[in-house]
Amino acid sequence: MIPVAFDYSRPAGVDEAVQTLTDAGEDAKVLAGGQSLIPMLRLRFAAPSMLVDLGSIGEMHGVREDGDDLVIGAMTTHDEVLKNPLIRAHAPLIAQATATVADRQVRHLGTFGGSLAHADPAGDMPSVATALDATFEIAGPSGRRSVAASEFFVDYLTSALEPDEVLVSVRVPKLAGWGTHYEKFNRVAQAWALVGVAAAVRRNNGTIEEARVALTNMASKPVRAHGVEEALAGAPATAESLAAACDHAAEGTEPTSDASASADYRTHLATVLTRRALESAAGI
Amino acid sequence: MTTISMTVDGVRYDDDVEPRTLLVHHLRDRLGKVGTVVGCDTSNCGACTVLMDGKSVKSCTVFAVQADGTDITTVEGLAARDGEMHPVQQAFHETHALQCGYCTPGMIMSAVDLLAENPDPSDAEIREGLEGNLCRCTGYQNIIKAVREAGQAMQTATAASPEPATSDAGNGVPGQQPAATAPGGPAHTTAVGEVRT
Amino acid sequence: MTVTEERTGAEVGRDRHRKEDARLITGRTMWTENLSLPGMVHLAILRSPMAHARITNLDVSPALRLPGVVEAFSGRDVADMQGSLPCVWPVTEDIVMPDYPPLAVDEVRHTGEPVAVVAARDRASAQDALEAIEIDYEPLPVVLDMEAALADDAPLVHGEKGTNRCYTWVLDSAAAGTGDDVAQAEADAEVVVRRRFIQQRLIPSFMEPRSVVVDPTGDQITVWSATQVPHILRILLSMSTGVAEHKIRVIAPDVGGGFGGKLQVTPEEFIAFAAARRFGRPVKYTESRSETMLSGHHGRDQIQDITVTARRDGTVTGISAKLLANMGAYLGIITPGTPLLGAFMYGGIYKFPAYRLECTGVFTNTTKTDAYRGAGRPEATFALERIMDELAAELDMEPMELRRRNWITHDEFPFTTSAGLTYDSGNYEAATDKAMEMFGYDDLRREQAERRASGDRIQLGIGISTYTEMCGIAPSRVLGQLRYAAGGWEAASVRMLPTGKVEVVTGTSPHGQSHETAWSQIVADQLGVDFADIEVLHGDTRTSHKGLDTYGSRSLAVGGIALVNACQKVVDKAKPIAAHLLECDPADLEFVEGQYRVKGSPGAGKTLADCALAVFTSHDLPDGVEPSLDGDATFDPENFSYPHGTHLCATEVDTETGRVTIRSYVAVDDVGKVVNPTIVEGQVHGGVAQGIAQALYEEAIYDDDGNLMTGTFVDYTLPSSADLPDFTTDRTETPATGHPLGTKGVGEAGTIASTPAVVNAVVDALRHLGVNDVRMPCTPERVWQAIRNAQGNAQEGGDRP
Repeated sequence: MIPVAFDYSRPAGVDEAVQTLTDAGEDAKVLAGGQSLIPMLRLRFAAPSMLVDLGSIGEMHGVREDGDDLVIGAMTTHDEVLKNPLIRAHAPLIAQATATVADRQVRHLGTFGGSLAHADPAGDMPSVATALDATFEIAGPSGRRSVAASEFFVDYLTSALEPDEVLVSVRVPKLAGWGTHYEKFNRVAQAWALVGVAAAVRRNNGTIEEARVALTNMASKPVRAHGVEEALAGAPATAESLAAACDHAAEGTEPTSDASASADYRTHLATVLTRRALESAAGI
Repeated sequence: MTTISMTVDGVRYDDDVEPRTLLVHHLRDRLGKVGTVVGCDTSNCGACTVLMDGKSVKSCTVFAVQADGTDITTVEGLAARDGEMHPVQQAFHETHALQCGYCTPGMIMSAVDLLAENPDPSDAEIREGLEGNLCRCTGYQNIIKAVREAGQAMQTATAASPEPATSDAGNGVPGQQPAATAPGGPAHTTAVGEVRT
Repeated sequence: MTVTEERTGAEVGRDRHRKEDARLITGRTMWTENLSLPGMVHLAILRSPMAHARITNLDVSPALRLPGVVEAFSGRDVADMQGSLPCVWPVTEDIVMPDYPPLAVDEVRHTGEPVAVVAARDRASAQDALEAIEIDYEPLPVVLDMEAALADDAPLVHGEKGTNRCYTWVLDSAAAGTGDDVAQAEADAEVVVRRRFIQQRLIPSFMEPRSVVVDPTGDQITVWSATQVPHILRILLSMSTGVAEHKIRVIAPDVGGGFGGKLQVTPEEFIAFAAARRFGRPVKYTESRSETMLSGHHGRDQIQDITVTARRDGTVTGISAKLLANMGAYLGIITPGTPLLGAFMYGGIYKFPAYRLECTGVFTNTTKTDAYRGAGRPEATFALERIMDELAAELDMEPMELRRRNWITHDEFPFTTSAGLTYDSGNYEAATDKAMEMFGYDDLRREQAERRASGDRIQLGIGISTYTEMCGIAPSRVLGQLRYAAGGWEAASVRMLPTGKVEVVTGTSPHGQSHETAWSQIVADQLGVDFADIEVLHGDTRTSHKGLDTYGSRSLAVGGIALVNACQKVVDKAKPIAAHLLECDPADLEFVEGQYRVKGSPGAGKTLADCALAVFTSHDLPDGVEPSLDGDATFDPENFSYPHGTHLCATEVDTETGRVTIRSYVAVDDVGKVVNPTIVEGQVHGGVAQGIAQALYEEAIYDDDGNLMTGTFVDYTLPSSADLPDFTTDRTETPATGHPLGTKGVGEAGTIASTPAVVNAVVDALRHLGVNDVRMPCTPERVWQAIRNAQGNAQEGGDRP
């Protein structure tokens, strides 16, 4: 199938992109890697009047260190993220989760920022960014602003980005001394997660000092499992205490029932997968 | 209309295209590159896989305008200019890794991409590496075998060749040796229909 | 540099690499969608978004005003010329056969049903123009569930027919005189096991979407179509539209898979045919994947109520199956007959004295069902092999032991079953013994016991499927008895060219089955010519005017025999010519290794090539000999063929999440003699994969309004390489007895065998937890739910009634 006709623009810089979006009005849409957007356009689920292709904006590519943070350009592809030594060293959770995104071909074009801006709760990157307390750096007509992960994801396929704004980069804190794990559960290898769990754990010998857990596809946006995190703070690093904490995994979630899975089952999976993710992250 | 320029299988093309034109339709309908096929509309089946600047992409999920300035290799550009099959093509033939053949162009291009990154993959890595390509005929087993054998053949050929593996001969296809360096070598035999020994 | 090596012996039985590959691995394949003709327009089809509605207003004229649009029409515009789509298998005398207009005229009965067509200069404009068509629907009540559809007050799919019951077909061994009475067997039984199994609806999912090009500008109307059945398409286009058969040429170029899904004459083919005739210019229609899934025919979709009766010692005394088969909204080419292809197979390899099958076809507001790999036989085999495991559990008997106690032993062939079929040959013991050894059956049983005892989170299950199938479709006489409208023969022609090369024309229509290679091997042996010197032609009614195409594992088992017979005619025809060239009496000649030689004299002889050249010049032929070296043969089998085998599957089931992982899979198949072992193995691999897909992954699901929820590959989860295991395959070889090749057919065996092996393994892993069934596909959620339900039952204990 073929998308509805649209105008096309390929700005060379962020400011030009914002200007183009502003001029084009609300029906314009940003084209990043296109790996989620193009299928939707082909099925005519969406019909923007203009696509603003960010592919030529150098500023939005690559990963750099900035003090205690990594700054990941929004147009950095999943494949580049996966192979980036800085990511591998300081944010292995991102690398591990990225390896589970779709397939090689999609990872060659799909972008880190695109999958966040798409704000699909079944996507893997939103919960990872949520677990890592990432900060989203956004450019708009009135300049740049930063938004915390907890504020960035608003609802199903809805982020804090305004129609004339562009996600430029994402800032994630380097995690030194943390163990991390992304546990994804899907029907077939290519499928979206029925449920996923991004977990990071900081241990001090036999004690868990801090844990961060975020859930994929357990609500209309990624959910931080605060109940689990609170139960684990200062808890002994044992299988028993992890299991006990995971009783809180589904708190605050609102999973849907659809053709892929019932809400009941998702809730059950959230508990099991959270425990497994934490066990791996904590090395238990 | 937007003017684009791309090199496809070693030939440069300049065209005006509608922005909504998918790369695969541009290849098929405008450039006559009908070896690359469409199998779905949701980027799942991978039948349309081509190499864009050396990396595998699903050409049904790229607009032609996005491919402006790139170098595209399709299954039609994989064999050497003298007709000698790429080791992956040869291995697909020798291991019966295709039946109806519809997924084959995409499957071969994905395998070429995978082997460029991981020349000696385990079976599990091959299975994972080809997860973006669906096949309904083979149950995949012979495809896995083909990729394994192609990888081995390419390594043998590389070891036997005085030149580096990433030769820029031909169309810059990963694994493609200049035809002159390995005629009749272990990785290159052309006879289609030849008996297994 | 093509290697031409000397002939060193038999081609049949040899692992030849395929001739077909050269074009397929280089992208030089001729798919229908590749075709472009001068003046060709692209069609786009508007489809109903409603599952059942009356069309109250339809105006295509706004579409005509859009740029690039050339023509547009609706069903009403072509009502007198579009024909009605044919169903060739009215299985009973009183079957309800509704009209099936390719484009709906007044009413739509499933989502995706075509309602209007636009033709434009390019495909994008055609698609854009669909949105301009004005159409209004008045919703009608929708019926989706088969049991609900049979209720007295059910909404009717075809109001004028007064019922949703399409037919009821019965096979009763007592009435037919082929066996005992199932009611009596049940009355006498020491053990009775009943189960309801659900055969979920599947989507064939061939990789090449269907495509059709029609060129009306020549003396014949030429139709290129991605079809399995070019010959059948020509006949039915002619019979339905009134265009004379000899004025239609159908070509199936390279076709990208079918699996039964392209064993159909489709609304889209008829629409394109009507459009081309109406416009007087070539048209092309290529469907999108979502259109295929929405409106290409689906497969399976049955409710099976199975009763098996037995003695305590494990001797089964009878089986009875009561089926509801979902037809969908219309009858496709063999929709009603598809479940009946399995109707004789609910006894499988066993000696069940009493047999009864009752099948009721039901209309619903869904896409029609029709053939999908195995067609009826996977359903039968599943029900049988599943209930054998349930019976074993009821009897507390090792499931393989129960099978051994009941199967036909190798010295009992030929064996006539209570369903009335005569199995010519088989050796179930040999295949089973081999499979069990390769599988490590006893070791796995030991490990299973250990895991059960330790309460391991990962439980191990072992699944058995000892299957047979009837294929080689089909003896024409039997098809006639079953009220099928055509025969089951197949045709072949062999032509010697003057230079000694050979052209073979087959009436089969391959789309992945490697006929070009396998047929060449057969001909090479028969004629003593090089494999490389043979060209196999197919799929064009101009070249191959006679044939019944490819489905039902018939091509080799029927078409292959026609080919052997055609070769034999050539050999016989050349004999007097060779004798003339050798100046001897034909009676003194023998044809050995490609040469006519004087018997007992090893000296130089004459080859068929020598004879072909002599015929070409015709300067010096013996008197009365026709100057041609061609042979035509048509073969009609006396009986079906009966491949069999034993498939064993070990699954690991994560009892926490319900995830099923196949740990090992062993298939030992007996498909009789084989022409090319590599091709046979490939067929088994692919077949097993599709059977596993039914067991674990795939299901077409409609919502309550009749919208297909699994209309893309995102939702209809086809397994990828990362989801499937390696298969260990081997063969035993018990030749078919009815023909000289001894082959039985292999196209469907893997799919028929594997589904119950997998589900039996899933249930076996969980039986000690109280689980005795998991509905297909055995998704993690269904497995988890089954465990949870069983635990709930266990906790409620004996309080339950």
